[in-house]
Parts: sequence; C-alpha cells; structure tokens
Amino acid sequence: MSRRVDLLIVGAGPAGLSAAVMARRHGLDVLVVDEQPAPGGQIWRNIEAVSGTPRAAILGKAYGDGIDVVRRFRTSGARYEPGTRVWQVEPGPRAYMTRNGTASCIEAGCLLLATGAQERPAPFPGWTLPGVMTVGAAQIALKSSGQIPSGPVWIAGCGPLPLLYAAQLLKAGGRIAGFLDTTPPGRMTAALPKLSAAAFAVPFDLLKGMGWLAAVRRRVPYVPRVTEIEAIGGDAVERLRYVTADGRSATVAAHLLLVHEGLVPTIHPTLALDCLHVWNPDQDCFMPQLDGWGETSEPGVFVAGDGAGIGGAAAACLRGEIAALRIAARTGRLSDAGAAAVAEPIRTRLRRALAIRPFLDRLFRPRADLFVPVDRTIACRCEEVNVASIRAQAAAGRPGPNQVKAFTRAGMGPCQGRQCNYTVAHVLAATEGRTVPDVGLYRVRPPWKPVTLSELAALDTTDMA
Amino acid sequence: MMSAEPIDTIVIGGGLHGLSAALHLARAGRRVVVLERSWVGRHASGASAAGVRTLNRHPAEIPISLEAMDMWSNIEAIVGDHCGFHANGQILVAEHPRHVPVLEQRLASTQAAGYRHEELIDRAELLRLVPAISPHCTAALVARQDGAADPHRTLQAFRRSAEAAGVVINEGFGVTAVERCGSDWRVSTGQRDFVAPTIVNAAGAWAGRIAAMIGDDIPLGHKASMMIVTERVAPLLKPVTSVVGRPLSFKQSDQGTLVIGGGLQGRADIDRQKSFVNFAELAKAARAATDLFPSVGTVRIVRTWTGMEAKTDDYLPIVGASPVASGVFHAFGFSGHGFQLVPVVGAILADLIVHGATTRSIERLSADRFLRRRAAE
Repeated sequence: MSRRVDLLIVGAGPAGLSAAVMARRHGLDVLVVDEQPAPGGQIWRNIEAVSGTPRAAILGKAYGDGIDVVRRFRTSGARYEPGTRVWQVEPGPRAYMTRNGTASCIEAGCLLLATGAQERPAPFPGWTLPGVMTVGAAQIALKSSGQIPSGPVWIAGCGPLPLLYAAQLLKAGGRIAGFLDTTPPGRMTAALPKLSAAAFAVPFDLLKGMGWLAAVRRRVPYVPRVTEIEAIGGDAVERLRYVTADGRSATVAAHLLLVHEGLVPTIHPTLALDCLHVWNPDQDCFMPQLDGWGETSEPGVFVAGDGAGIGGAAAACLRGEIAALRIAARTGRLSDAGAAAVAEPIRTRLRRALAIRPFLDRLFRPRADLFVPVDRTIACRCEEVNVASIRAQAAAGRPGPNQVKAFTRAGMGPCQGRQCNYTVAHVLAATEGRTVPDVGLYRVRPPWKPVTLSELAALDTTDMA
Repeated sequence: MMSAEPIDTIVIGGGLHGLSAALHLARAGRRVVVLERSWVGRHASGASAAGVRTLNRHPAEIPISLEAMDMWSNIEAIVGDHCGFHANGQILVAEHPRHVPVLEQRLASTQAAGYRHEELIDRAELLRLVPAISPHCTAALVARQDGAADPHRTLQAFRRSAEAAGVVINEGFGVTAVERCGSDWRVSTGQRDFVAPTIVNAAGAWAGRIAAMIGDDIPLGHKASMMIVTERVAPLLKPVTSVVGRPLSFKQSDQGTLVIGGGLQGRADIDRQKSFVNFAELAKAARAATDLFPSVGTVRIVRTWTGMEAKTDDYLPIVGASPVASGVFHAFGFSGHGFQLVPVVGAILADLIVHGATTRSIERLSADRFLRRRAAE
C-alpha cells in the first residue's frame, strides 16, 4: 500500500500548483493530491469549467487569472490525484490518505503542505442555526455551481471577502437584504500609515477593494460599525438582531445570514506533526514557524500559501515556487547557490505582493469582542459546549485547552477542534489573565480529517486466512 | 525552600494510582502531598480505555482484581461518583472453532484455582448478549460483572475525593531528585523541596527513573497503547468485546462513540513525554473491528491517540515496598491493564504504609522478582 515520490504536494490551490510546476521544471517526480475534483483550490474553485463562461465575468479578474496557472500545471507532467483526502502526516515524511474508499500511505522525499486557510471561527449566539453559514461557503457554491441564494441575504462581517462576495452576488442577480459591516470604528485611520508603502506597489488591489465597497454601499442597505450580532429562530434562523457602536439595536427578519471575520492559516497538519508554531499578532492567529524557504521545524516538511500566513493568491504562487526550488536543491537537481539565484527575483515579487498586507491586516483586524463571545454562545458545535462551560472550567483552576477538552468534550467532535480551538484559547486566556500564545491550542489527535473504519482497515494487508 | 507543613507521605505521580493511594492514606489520617509534573491524568490515566476487567487476567492478579471488582460495584460510596461505570460485562470471543480450546483451557485453569467469575458461552448466548456481532463467531468467555468506566470522570472523582480528604495536589511539580535526609526522604522539584518519611512512587512511564533515584534498578519497558474513537452511533453493544488471537478491544461509550483499542503499540518518546500513533499498525484494530462488527465499516474515526506507561518483563505490575529503600513504596508497571486495579492498589499501599503489612495477595507483584533475577544473571 506504500508508494514513494520525490515531492508530495497536499493541495491544488495557487501554492500547490505553482510548486508542482516549478518542481517539474527541475525534473522532480511530483504527486499532487487534493480533496476537490478539479484543480484551483478555494480561490480558483472550478476554474477550468467556468473560465470563458459568463460566470467568469461575474467572479472577476482575480478569479479568471487562475486559469493560466491551472493550465501550466496540467501540462507540467506532475501526477495529480483529485478527490483525495489526506488525514495524517508523520515524520519521514509520510502521508496517509483516502481515495475511492481506500486508505494508502505515501513516502515522500519532501512534503509540501499547500492546504491554505480556513475562515476564522467567530461564534455568536445562534451561529449554529440552519440558515447561518459563512461567506466563504456561499462563495464556493457560486463558483462551483453558480448557485445564488433564493431569497435576500444578510451579510455580516469584516474583511475583503464579504465585500467581494456582495459585489459578485449583485452582479449575478442575487439580492442582499443588508450588509452589516463589523469593521471597528477608526480602523481606516489606524491603517492609513501602512498604506504609503503599499499604495505604490499594488494600487490595483486597493482600487479593487474600494470598488467593491462603493458598489455595495450604493446598492444595498449598509450598516457600519456593527458590534454584536445574534441569530434568532427555532429550527432555523428567523430573525437577526444587531447592535452598532453607538448603541443602536435592531431586529430584522432574516432567513439566510452569511458571516465572515477573516481567514486564518490551516495549521492542523503542522500541529499534528508537532512542528513549532508562532503567534502572528497582526493576524491574531498561529502559523507554522518557517525558514526563508518555507520549511517547518520538521525536516523535509514545507508549507506554502495561506497556510504559511494569510497573503493571498499571488503571494501563494510565489511561496510555492520558492519552496519547490529548495526541494529541488535537496534532491540534487539544483545547487544551493543555483536555487538561491533563481529564487532571488521571485522573492522580490513576493515582497511586492505582500506589501499591502500590513494595511489590510490593520484595516480588517477583527473587533476585540469577537474573540470572547458571551456565555450562552456555543463554542464547540460538534459537542454543543457553550462558552459558560469553558469559563467554569477556567474558574476551577488554570487548566489548558487539553484539560478543558477532557472535562467538557469541547473539541472532541469530528471537526477535531478546527471550529472551537481559538475560541477555547481566547476564553481561557481572558478568564485566567493569560495570553492566547501562552494558553495554546488543543493537541491534534490524528486523523485530522475523518476516515472510516473500513478505509483504515484496508491499510492492513496481513493475511488472516 | 522547604515545605512548612509536616507531611507523612509524598506521592509522586498524579495519575489514578497516585490519587488512589493518596486518597486511602488521607482517609487513614495521613498528611499527603501529590507531586505531579504536568497535570492530573496527563498520560496513561487520561488516555485509558477504562476497561474494568477481571476477565482473562493473570492468576497473580486475580485475587486483588476480584476485590477491586467489588469496590467498582460500590464506587460511588468510595469516591462520591459513579465514574461512568457500567457492569455490562466483558467478553472474549473465539471467532473460529480452532480458537475455542484456548477459552476452554483458560476456564479450566481458573476453575481449578477456585475462581468462578468467568463463564463459557455458546454462539446463541453470544448473539443474545451482542446481537451486532458477526454470526461467524463461535463462542466466548464472559465475565458478566465486568464493564467499563469513563476515565475523565473517574479522574475527577478520585481527585475531588482525595482533596476533600485533605490531600494537597501540586500540579506542575516535576521531581528532579530524591535523597535521604536523616531517616526521612527529601524530594526536590523545580519549585521547592518536600520532606517526608514515606514516598509512593506512582510515576507511570517515568517510575523507573524515580525508582533509580532511591537505588532500585528495575528493568522497565514502555507501552504506547493506541486507541481509536469514532463519531457517535446508535446503540450497538453493551459489553466490552475482545477476541482471541487478534488485537481488539471494542466498546461503546455512554456518548455513543465506539472506543477501539487492543494493545496495539505506537511510538513513545519518553524523554520528550510524547507518543505517536502508528496507523499501519492501528489498521489491524480497524480490520478486526470491521470483521467482528461488519456494520461499523462506514463509521468515521474522529480521533486516535496513545497513552504512555511502564511495562514490566512479565506484564505484571510492581506493587509494594522497595526491597532496598525503607519508606519507599512502588505502584507502577501496570503494563496496559492497571485501570481496574486503581481502587484496590491504593488500599494496599495504605495498608503497607499505615500498618506495615497487608492481608491482600501481592507476593508475586514485588520488585524483588526483578532485582533477584538480575542478581542471578
């Protein structure tokens, strides 16, 4: 059941595809595995089918640009196994995965995790009701099947994605009941000093963002400075209550509420590998500690793309190429000096691509209240544990997340704590007077994606007759 | 800095055996301090499958295991909580006719020794007890009074009752040295020193190091037994089920999750206090589970883990006074089956420390058996 490759890439988004192309250019045996049925990752989801259709025009240029990268990948000679779910990686590196109902194991010279980002978990009262979903999930539905919500939607959040999705939805003929902007007051003033460097480097991104905002403000009811939201309903969301910074509160009918409070790197794979992680205070998240080539503290395991820190698609491509160069040098296809020379101009482009980040991070930093929800909020939706139960544990001592997990079952469900790890850390930190990096996250218990008993059983080839 | 309050016994290790010893000692009027390097239940106790099993135990453990069973039936009176214990039985299945003699021989030997807790059942009775089991299974040995508990609930109950009895639990206190101090022992930690006339060594996977500090050189191996927990499913079975010749222990928790173990070993890094799952190996348990319970193939695994503990050469624990250092008492090396013994081993240590002797049968669990063997080599 075990195969061997020079480079195993997990994830066929911008970073994974670009790394595959670069590694193939230097003659490596490359295998790319990805959960989706087609390459593109989340940002370029379904691009091969959509490119050239009217839907591509709705989704915009940043989406359409992906087709070039996907086409270069398709002709690169890299092997590609879509529909593959990787659920454990071990030092070696070695990866376990499931495809077509059967588990297998791959030994790799080097492993590149290009597993991207997840939407920041941002629980609020009622967030688990049917009818509440994330903007990211709604946008995936738009990209993959052209779905637009049947009724008017409420959008609540902070960051470029809600604005972009709102603009796309309007273009696609969708209806927006209202846009609740949760960006805290004064953020533009705080962010502007970061702009001088960014403005000259990537004016296009900024113009793009301003364009989305203008389109949304012109065409839908727009409520700025929202500080609290609550979804209310029985079997599904029926009403939405919100409060603004000036204390104004309103309750409105709502049947679909889309929320988004930014992205955080996917760190389950590197946590499972016991790699070192660092706290990123600008993006309020942990990220793997990486060297200048994207290598983690675990030899031979690399991370590129938003999993290395949120940087967007352009930066993801460049980080993928840089990691691939180092990996090519590891296998002897390139000298270290050669890799460094090829990487140099890529690094210059990466710096340019990341120049706007400090501005965006500052502008769209979530409001502080977001991280420690009110007591009645469900923190862990898998096991239905609320914030009050977490807080009660903290009051009984100074437990860490793993003890809270043992005593409350928070984090024990099928999502493996992906949805509640930050909330538990923030609630403990706030209650115990500690910092989130000091409290830390749950230990990750593999598999980090569910695998069935019969899939795992297929790994055992012992003859039982 | 020295401890200010006088202490009678220092318990090294805040796992279940340490807590149980501390609880029994405190109830006998002793002043007890528990020193735990990380937090209560951090390793084997928190990672336990929590099987409460007399079935198929080594003859040397049967007397104390049967007494422990009585204590489990009465556990709420001991620690103020039912610990999630259900006496739904434990079953050892013979899949094929060729496995039946193994069960028959086992039953004959325990009955010859005068024990009546095990019983051989046929396929019909097996299917009555466990309707979900594959009908190819032929027979089984059952201990009907056995069962399983909830490890976290058990930890909390032992901790709370120990503290209520006056035990002081210090978490984050790793022991760095144990030395003679007159007729007492001085136990140093990163924070401060503790002095007491008696010590309980219940340091689990690290107990061999503590033993070496007081001069007991006991050869110890380690275990990193792996466990699988699945998503919740509808009620499937009540008894804990294992099978002859294959690595499997299979049960359903109160929450509805399936808990699958069987002693398959992951990798332990004792120095870093970390252990790792080996999926190629764990696949054997998944295969045994799906062979015995064909309906569970599509059930999703949500978590796997390993718990580290000490293993002796003969898979029997070391319980009793140190052969070389007066005032030091060992309780470790449970080799993957110590959970059920927790209440009784605590009582035994209290006997030894308070009365200087115990009427319970621990002759074959003495550390002497390893020290002597080494001397003879």
